[in-house]
Amino acid sequence: MSRLTEDNVRVAHEIISHYPRSRSATIPLLHLAQQQDGYVTNDAIRHIGELVGATSAEVLGTATFYEMFKFEPVGKYLVNICRTMSCALMGGEELMHHAEHRLGIKAGSTTPDGMFTLEHAECQAACTEAPTLQVNYRYRFRVTPETFDALIDDLAAGRLDSEIPAHGTVARIRQHIPAERGVGAVPPEDATNAPSWMTVAEAPK
Amino acid sequence: MTTTESNDVEAAEVVVDPNAVSVTINGKQFTARKGDLIIKAAENAGAYIPHFCYHDRMSSVGMCRMCLVEVDTGRGPQLMPSCMFPVTPGMVVETESPASKAAQEGIIELLLANHPLDCPVCDKGGECPLQDQSFSHGPGESRYIEEKRHYEKPIAISELVLLDRERCILCDRCTRFADEVAGDALIQFTSRGNTTEVTTFPDEPFSSYFSGNTVQICPVGALTAKPYRFKARPWDLEEAESTCTTCSVGCRTAVQSSRDELLRYQGVDSDPVNWGWLCDKGRFSFEGVKSDDRLTTPLVRTANGHEATSWNSANAAAARMITDAIAAGGASSVAVLGGARGSNEDAFAWARLAHEIIGTPNVSAQLGDGLPVGVLGMNRATIDQASSAATIILLAPDLKEELPVLYLRLRDAAVKNRSRIIEFAPKATGLTRYAWRTVFYEPGTQADAVSATLARPEIAAQLAKGEVVIVAGRANLAESSAGTTAALLALSTALPEAKVLPALRRGNVVGAISVGMRRGKGGLDSTGILNAAAAGKIECLILVGTDPIADVPDADLARRALAGARRIIAVDTFITDSSRLADVVFPAAAYAEKAGTTTNIEGRVTTLAHKVTVTGTSRPDWMVAAELAQLLGTDLGFGSVDDVTAAIAAAVDGFEEVTAEALEAAANGVLAGVASFDPITTPTVVLGDRNSYNFRLVVSRKLYDQAVGTAHSPSLAKLAPGGAVFVHPLDIARIGSAIGADVKVSAPKATIVLSLAIDDSVQRGTAWVPFNQTGAKIGELIDAAAAVTDVRIESL
Repeated sequence: MSRLTEDNVRVAHEIISHYPRSRSATIPLLHLAQQQDGYVTNDAIRHIGELVGATSAEVLGTATFYEMFKFEPVGKYLVNICRTMSCALMGGEELMHHAEHRLGIKAGSTTPDGMFTLEHAECQAACTEAPTLQVNYRYRFRVTPETFDALIDDLAAGRLDSEIPAHGTVARIRQHIPAERGVGAVPPEDATNAPSWMTVAEAPK
Repeated sequence: MTTTESNDVEAAEVVVDPNAVSVTINGKQFTARKGDLIIKAAENAGAYIPHFCYHDRMSSVGMCRMCLVEVDTGRGPQLMPSCMFPVTPGMVVETESPASKAAQEGIIELLLANHPLDCPVCDKGGECPLQDQSFSHGPGESRYIEEKRHYEKPIAISELVLLDRERCILCDRCTRFADEVAGDALIQFTSRGNTTEVTTFPDEPFSSYFSGNTVQICPVGALTAKPYRFKARPWDLEEAESTCTTCSVGCRTAVQSSRDELLRYQGVDSDPVNWGWLCDKGRFSFEGVKSDDRLTTPLVRTANGHEATSWNSANAAAARMITDAIAAGGASSVAVLGGARGSNEDAFAWARLAHEIIGTPNVSAQLGDGLPVGVLGMNRATIDQASSAATIILLAPDLKEELPVLYLRLRDAAVKNRSRIIEFAPKATGLTRYAWRTVFYEPGTQADAVSATLARPEIAAQLAKGEVVIVAGRANLAESSAGTTAALLALSTALPEAKVLPALRRGNVVGAISVGMRRGKGGLDSTGILNAAAAGKIECLILVGTDPIADVPDADLARRALAGARRIIAVDTFITDSSRLADVVFPAAAYAEKAGTTTNIEGRVTTLAHKVTVTGTSRPDWMVAAELAQLLGTDLGFGSVDDVTAAIAAAVDGFEEVTAEALEAAANGVLAGVASFDPITTPTVVLGDRNSYNFRLVVSRKLYDQAVGTAHSPSLAKLAPGGAVFVHPLDIARIGSAIGADVKVSAPKATIVLSLAIDDSVQRGTAWVPFNQTGAKIGELIDAAAAVTDVRIESL
């Protein structure tokens, strides 16, 4: 599948311009690719390599280190159910069991209509609210089978579109840093002034 | 490791050496060098610290943790990876304390938790650092009873290298080599933690010219080379140290054989030359030596074509041909081409036969693709000097394609910021990425490009910063040497202090020219010889290990020369397009089948090992020359190869020091002195009108082509990319044909059909065709008499 679209190439160049070395933009560009296609395609990896001056193997090596980059199609909604201690004690396992039945798939797979991907997750850092799950990394707390079913119904009916965008979207609003406020293409060793966003306190006299 | 000159600091005994660091290693006081890593200092002090990821020629990463030892820097002993820390004054290192041993045993136990114990069927078994260090530093048993992980085994990561992921211990050596040393980061760690593995990107194989080195440095059997896989056990291999003669860099190798069969070449770390690395062409070229197509007996031409005969009758026939030729047309009607593929001894014997006994001045070791021999008389640089010069000026072919390990050395100089590269080229090369400035010129105009560049203030400022080394060779076979020679003269006139490293390609071309395979007084150069032969003025043409039809850029001239020469005598390892036309063919001993010495581009003379028995009845070239000399009435006095080596030392300017004893004593060979040659004269470059020929032709070599050694090495032959005509992407519209379509490429001499391709390393207005590839008979278009070649590209 696809390389970055023309619009996204423009965004990519803007992202690259934020860094002194273009390779530093690798991970933001991977997010961009995932936002575009829902997962990171091989063509996108090749394209990112071309954009940042790295080999495809280098981009792949970096990307695969991170759990949240997906390399195969995932559903529109990625449902991660926590299975670490607190959630396990509070019914996380039962919740997963219920979710598997409700969606008709095993953890780690995607529903045939491409709507839901179900995954185990390790601690989501909300132990007081166990059991927890995330839909596209948006939290749901103290989930019961009933609230889970309601959640799935709402998602399927599009009632949560305003809160939960499709998988891959980290934020709906992209920050645009004007060129004069960016660090720009100055490698650290060549920088003479502190970057404009960093105010340096005068030493007391 | 270091050269003896630089160690000569004994005299100042009272001065405290600022680079000395006093450390205690295993209770003994030791003086290490400032900046030495603990692991290196300990090894110098005689205390071996086990390791897997640490490699002397690459940066330390501390991946494998095997080199943990107890180090006390004043804060009490603590375990530290000794490959990550340099020595500090007063440091106390314990490599064998209980804590160090426990750490090392623990690491081995962990590494073996998943490493399969398939040593009996593993190629590495017997020479495996993991196996060896499990014995020497391991616990001897394991607490792990769980099933080990399994992967599909093996997977091919390139045409030459296979990866068995089960055996990989993730030491980062191969991936570091690919990125740091070769600059081809095509293999990488992917995933994380327990699932980490080395892989390539799908459909982008590890097609590095240096991939074989990863097999050699792999500390386990994870990477294996297809040509060696399952061929031998290390304990059955016998090895001899030798020098690779595939190109003229002169990398040191260990030639390994078993039961008289060549099985493997390994790189040997020679500090001034190859640092342990080899290119794949050199590493796997042993396949050509043991090819079934090798010539085994002398051949003479009869009415029925070539017939096998005895050495005696072949010798007699060849001697008669030479005598007849001298009688018919005088001594100068005999011409000798070649010698650059053999040893110094081969070249010397042939040079004496040609110059003294036959008496012809028409001798050449180059084939119309070199530079005037005067380049060897210039202020010669060594590879070390080149890779430490402040400025390296490249007026050379693509070194990655022609002299790959020199490319590694110069790349290292550039990426480690020791040197800045100023490159003059007709087309982007492997080093363009690393060059400080690249000046593209249109073939024929390089002298102007040089003058214009030297006039720029920032260039002048850079050149004033320190040593300058010029690497000089032929970047384009579709032009005469005049343009490059003029540019070289312009450079050396402007920079009289600059040293010159000749980038001539054939294995022993510098040695052959130095010991006498060059034209005598009033003699012809290679193109002159070919022209004379084509005009019927050569009665007897002798080809010493050379195939002009394949190797001379002007293919038509080569063919006419071989047709026009009355008699042809060839000394060769294979039947080639040229030796097929010979009246007498002597089978020559190949690499590893004969002893001797060879000379690399810097003039370094090193030894060649005689490792395996010759194929059939073949003989080294020098012996053929000595026999012919005898039959022609003069005894050269060469009874053995050592006699010839001694004779070279006695007779050749600059080779006085190159004696058998000196070669025996020197670990890195003996640097021959620079002899005087006829200086280069300023050539005139006459560029004619282009008329309707709209592209200027650039022809250069790729590492893998149809040359005889590669073509007979099955593993390498399939790597030759094949031919096409490449133009800049923006020039494609001018042609009006689609990429991949067949197009007509016409030059004044001929028209050929090639498939059209784009390559943004090609400059606008030029067309590039790789030399000697299947499907691209580009030699047909090249005219040795023209300064440049212009072509017209049209759709069919």
